[in-house]
Amino acid sequence: MKTDTEAPSAITGRHWSSDLFAVLQDYGVRFYAYVPDAGNATLVQLAQQHPDMRTVMLTTEEEGVAFCAGVDLVGQRAALLMQSSGVGNCGNFFTLIRGARFPMFMMVTMRGDYGETNPWQYAMGQAAIPMMESMGILPFVVTGSDDLERAAHAALAATFKGGHGAALVLSQQFLGAKSM
Amino acid sequence: MSTKIDRRLLLGQLFAAPADYLFVSGLAGSARDLAALTNDAPTLFALGGVMGAASMIGLGMALAVPDREVAVVTGDGELQMNVGSLISIASAGPPNLTIVCVDNERHGETGNQPGHTARRTDLGIVARGAGFSSVMTVLRDEEVQSAAKFIKEAPGPRLIVVKVADTEPSAFKRLMDPAACRYRFRTAYSANQARRVS
Repeated sequence: MKTDTEAPSAITGRHWSSDLFAVLQDYGVRFYAYVPDAGNATLVQLAQQHPDMRTVMLTTEEEGVAFCAGVDLVGQRAALLMQSSGVGNCGNFFTLIRGARFPMFMMVTMRGDYGETNPWQYAMGQAAIPMMESMGILPFVVTGSDDLERAAHAALAATFKGGHGAALVLSQQFLGAKSM
Repeated sequence: MSTKIDRRLLLGQLFAAPADYLFVSGLAGSARDLAALTNDAPTLFALGGVMGAASMIGLGMALAVPDREVAVVTGDGELQMNVGSLISIASAGPPNLTIVCVDNERHGETGNQPGHTARRTDLGIVARGAGFSSVMTVLRDEEVQSAAKFIKEAPGPRLIVVKVADTEPSAFKRLMDPAACRYRFRTAYSANQARRVS
């Protein structure tokens, strides 16, 4: 399955993942934990091609919350990349963010929010942001290409300067809805 | 004659020099055993919740600091709660990570109910299937010394399942504030690194 539209960067015309990758590098993020998804495939590929980055494929998203905590304990920085359905898999592990105050940066690629054609995706898609907020994680929502870099900076600042859990939420308005 | 392994003595025999390790523990019994061994060292991150998170916290540390040895000590119930972690860890292949599963075949903290390893499940075989090549199962006291050697010599990541007697864990009160545990670990780790560099 492919996305209907690829959202190019407003400024450079290159894939938005390259712009985001540059911002993540500015913040010293070296580790990328992910469950494979169409929305994060290019970013993962960029990290895999970079000699100083390390990607870690997960079986389920909650593993990534624990992984990022381990990286933080030794003073380094990680990002967790997942689809909105994966937010639901993380529930209890968000205790590391709200309870233990681990800073945590997540990139959440949305399903079930705008133009979704798979009825199975709506329930968790609509619950993803409220669930994160209930565990103290701040959502920074991107609906258009102009928002991406600003929102990425804000989410990363909230994480690594503000000490919060923060999610860069890429809506289907931005990504393009996936066709069945 | 073989004797059943006492979990309260086990970790001291497996880790003769605990200061050489960054430790992560599961919750409940394994946390108390490891806190007793290290006197609740600041470089032990012991869980009191997030059951199933210990191994992946260990992976994060191990990949981020390849020059340090990282050891996860956890129970059979905690390991099973996120058993897919073994797949992610084997796939990432950190040479400096050891997982010790203290397998009492029970959920000790919640009333000692028998768990899956008391029935048909063999976590050593699960780890092999996940892709671990260094796996050891320890059933008797006299095998513990070779397990200590295995930790030092077998290529990582390594996983050891130790079948222990059904006893209480070590009696030890440890720091239970999760944010304080994080802060304490990070502070101790960076001070420790500064000493190693200078």
